[in-house]
Amino acid sequence: MSILLDENTKVCVQGITGSEGSFHTRQMIEYGTNVVAGVTPGKGGTEFDGVPIYNTVADAVNEKGVEASAIFVPPPFAADAILEAANAGVKLVICITEGIPAADMVKVYNSIKNMDVRLVGPNCPGVISPGKAKIGIMPGFIHKQGHVGVVSRSGTLTYEAVKQLSDLNIGQSTCVGIGGDPVIGSQFIDVIKTFNDDPDTHGIVMIGEIGGSAEEEAANYIKENVKKPVVGFIAGRTAPPGRRMGHAGAIISGGKGTADEKMKVMREAGIHVVESPAEIGVTMEKALA
Amino acid sequence: MKIHEYQAKEILRKYNVPVPEGKVAFTVDEAVEAAKEIGGNIWVVKAQIHAGGRGKGGGVKIAKSLDEVKQLASEILGMQLVTHQTGPEGKKVQRLLIEQGINIEHELYLGITLDRASSKNVIMVSTEGGMEIEKVAEETPEKIIKEPVDPSVGLQAYQARKLAFGLGLEGTQFKNAVKFLLTLYRAYDATDSSLAEINPLVVTKEGDVMALDAKINFDDNALYRHKDIVEYRDLDEEEPLEIEASKFNLNYIKLDGNVGCMVNGAGLAMATMDIIKLAGGEPANFLDVGGGANKETVANGFKIILSDPNVKAILINIFGGIVRCDRVAQGVIDAVKEIDVTVPIVVRLEGTNAEEAGVLLNESGLNFEVANSLKEAAEKVTSVLK
Repeated sequence: MSILLDENTKVCVQGITGSEGSFHTRQMIEYGTNVVAGVTPGKGGTEFDGVPIYNTVADAVNEKGVEASAIFVPPPFAADAILEAANAGVKLVICITEGIPAADMVKVYNSIKNMDVRLVGPNCPGVISPGKAKIGIMPGFIHKQGHVGVVSRSGTLTYEAVKQLSDLNIGQSTCVGIGGDPVIGSQFIDVIKTFNDDPDTHGIVMIGEIGGSAEEEAANYIKENVKKPVVGFIAGRTAPPGRRMGHAGAIISGGKGTADEKMKVMREAGIHVVESPAEIGVTMEKALA
Repeated sequence: MKIHEYQAKEILRKYNVPVPEGKVAFTVDEAVEAAKEIGGNIWVVKAQIHAGGRGKGGGVKIAKSLDEVKQLASEILGMQLVTHQTGPEGKKVQRLLIEQGINIEHELYLGITLDRASSKNVIMVSTEGGMEIEKVAEETPEKIIKEPVDPSVGLQAYQARKLAFGLGLEGTQFKNAVKFLLTLYRAYDATDSSLAEINPLVVTKEGDVMALDAKINFDDNALYRHKDIVEYRDLDEEEPLEIEASKFNLNYIKLDGNVGCMVNGAGLAMATMDIIKLAGGEPANFLDVGGGANKETVANGFKIILSDPNVKAILINIFGGIVRCDRVAQGVIDAVKEIDVTVPIVVRLEGTNAEEAGVLLNESGLNFEVANSLKEAAEKVTSVLK
């Protein structure tokens, strides 16, 4: 089993005719994702590689029963795209776009938080249930179907962790990139709860980074509720305070959000915290043994 | 993005947030001229650098005559101002703010920032003006009053009243504080700020409430819709190598270590820095070459890293997803042939076409240390540093 997404999930792509959207739509279909519709305002009635395009997400939902949406639209229009999907009744919205103003996301987050929708991202690689489907930009071939859930704020660092797992023959149930922005739809705790409830996920890898307190909140939840082994890593122990390290959310401000502080809280919660990102795979192997 | 205090006050004035009368000066003559125009018989001469703690460092002085303005301006302009935020080398003062002296009754704290845990902006006030808010939060958290803002309606008057009452204000001071809070939030919201900190916020004997200091940071992601704010950028306050890197769309941050690194993706870049430290080195930089690593980005990355004389070795760590590793490898080879690289280079390419990349590197005739895993990359960094 997997969480959030499988080969039957009906997916639409917002921004399907853009350069990012078209490239990754082809990759997703090739991987096995059930892409049933695309949305580009003004291009309704046309097709992309045989996928019908609609003017609005609502049309795509009515005509094709879309359950999940992948958003590949540029930053100035991405907040609007998320709201359109959520209000059209899409249950899972995955926003890949990097560079959305924080003020836009504050409005979006608070507008949809009581709706029946899960937002993943923005500024994330997406979600993959190996061997079944992927929504996002991650390279499918490094993944392997199995029983470890991976949740991370990063992109390529997640691929690194996944590769280590796959090389040790440890497959993944689902890998979720929650994104590197200060305001994101799903936090560690949301995804970890879902992994915890999934009987087919036997262990969890969480990869955090400096900034904010989402890792600490997740650690407190894990301490109380999670019996499955959890392996954790925090990137940015050597990052200087006050500097934004690539991701908008990766910044130590006012002495808060340091890697050491997060690692300490995670260790106290019983998480197998690794000092070196090269040891994520082997540590999970030991924890599962 | 960061700006100077005088620029922040210009923005505040635009939104009718009360600030003391003041003018920027780039020379001693301009400083004296500014003081004359402002009038009165007491002025404050304030060094303008992008760092806090300027007062303690000797960058903020009071002048009681125009002669004193002249003397202080000539002392502060051009000085290397050292504060707890500048590092030991300090920052050269190239601009001054000359301000009217204010009849302060007491000092308060006011800050607005994004609270990530609730995904809402939050207003914080405290009676402990002039102190670092982090220190107050640690020692006397009960002295900080917080009010979250509902983004669909913005800051409401009742919330501003609650905060002003919480500060113990009455009468004219209370009314002015409410007005100050509402206008400051409007300025914060309209400019896509990520931080607006007024510390101290002063209450005068006359009942005025004004921003004695002002620090505003902006959300970089929103700068595309604020061309006027981008104009405030002061390149003198930035690291020259970082400015150079930004011209090539490289995300580079200079650090003090001896091992340079070039990575794709911010998380992996931070993790690579951490690995360098564990391997016995110190990272010389953060460098994320982004999703489209190609020959040009790699060559430019090399040039930037090698401009730092402290670099004794370079670690390249690329995880190719969409990016093909063989193309990156060719980029590395071409760049090394073109630029005279004399320090050892550890290369770790993983993902799409990684094997082909390894063959290219090994057959290039160049002296690369090729690593097949992150662990091996760390070990090779340790060995080349010996």
